[in-house]
Amino acid sequence: MSDVSTTGHWDQFMEGIWRQNPVFVMVLGMCPTLAVTVSAVNAISMGVATTFVLACSCLLVSMMRNVVPKEVRIATYIVIIATFVTAVDYIIQAISLALYDALGAFIQLIVVNCIILGRAEAHASKNRPAVATYNALGMGVGFTIGLLALGSVREVLGAGTLFGVSLFGANFQPWVIMVLPPGGFFVLGAWLLFFAWHARRKERQLREAGQHA
Amino acid sequence: MHETAFQIFVNALLANNFVLAMFLGLCPFLGVSGKLDTALPMGVATTFVMLVASLCAYGLNLLLTAFHLEFLRLISYIVIIASAVQLVEMVLKKYSPALFRALGIYLPLITTNCAVLGVALFQTAREYDFIQSMTFSLGGGAGFTLALVLMASVRERLQLSDVPSLAQGTALSLMLAGILSLSFMGFAGLGG
Repeated sequence: MSDVSTTGHWDQFMEGIWRQNPVFVMVLGMCPTLAVTVSAVNAISMGVATTFVLACSCLLVSMMRNVVPKEVRIATYIVIIATFVTAVDYIIQAISLALYDALGAFIQLIVVNCIILGRAEAHASKNRPAVATYNALGMGVGFTIGLLALGSVREVLGAGTLFGVSLFGANFQPWVIMVLPPGGFFVLGAWLLFFAWHARRKERQLREAGQHA
Repeated sequence: MHETAFQIFVNALLANNFVLAMFLGLCPFLGVSGKLDTALPMGVATTFVMLVASLCAYGLNLLLTAFHLEFLRLISYIVIIASAVQLVEMVLKKYSPALFRALGIYLPLITTNCAVLGVALFQTAREYDFIQSMTFSLGGGAGFTLALVLMASVRERLQLSDVPSLAQGTALSLMLAGILSLSFMGFAGLGG
């Protein structure tokens, strides 16, 4: 096992952040992504909560991968995930009641976030605990970055603030639609368009470089 | 809560549509809305699961509250929903194998549809009584079906139109959902 060096772990970690970003590349876990990203603070808290559940469940699933019979594995995963989500639910309630009210039912709905079950089934059930945890952490951070990208754009356009700090002074006329439900769809669509454009531009540059060589 | 059953129904169906206003159940909404033929049965199946889940969740919540076991709520709800989905799966497999194949992976995925768990959680949080819970889940399911069918009809037409290749796929679906959501905002205040 000594050949799995730190770069292996680093690759596992980076996979979720860029190549397989759950929000922008795989388009998973859409419900919390769109619902709680009305402000950057909400987005980060949701991201951290999801990362915690993701990492803990993947660690546990990976440790139990040889014990759980194949037929009941999904049910087992869901119960494991639900346990951690219940813990997070109570933790957030204890830390900040305002945050708990802002996130609402979406903390408990982390249970049905496809990213977590997808990771547990596709990755954690096949890999050693350390590898699974690194991968899960990367996915969680990638998810948080995605949420933050969405949340900050929506907060800046829809309320004229970022992390609660006013950016444009008193004369700013907020673009209210951005913090309402349609804004979520529009901003995420715009981000996806941006990434598609970026990928295409990179591809063209590579092709041109190939022709010159 | 002084809402009448009718108000709850209209609210869940239009004004606070589960998909377009509350962002619940987006995965099947984006995944199965490609064809009208699968969108409608999917909506009906989800509605049925919602009704069963809501019924069971109501009974279970009484039991859990009586024994002060509220922290088990989430775990027991999700187990109930998984069983209800299993039931629908078996019924569909027996009576309509073609539909069963058409829905494919999205059928077991109803378990992880936030809309279903959302119904159970919201009815608990809002302390609905039995009739209110039932109309709430029925309205929510109907709203989900409505959104799915609308989306599928538009996407079927879009397949024939000339869209910039950059925007094809999920980005286009999201923009479409945004416009639908915008129009559903017009129903705001309808449920009183």
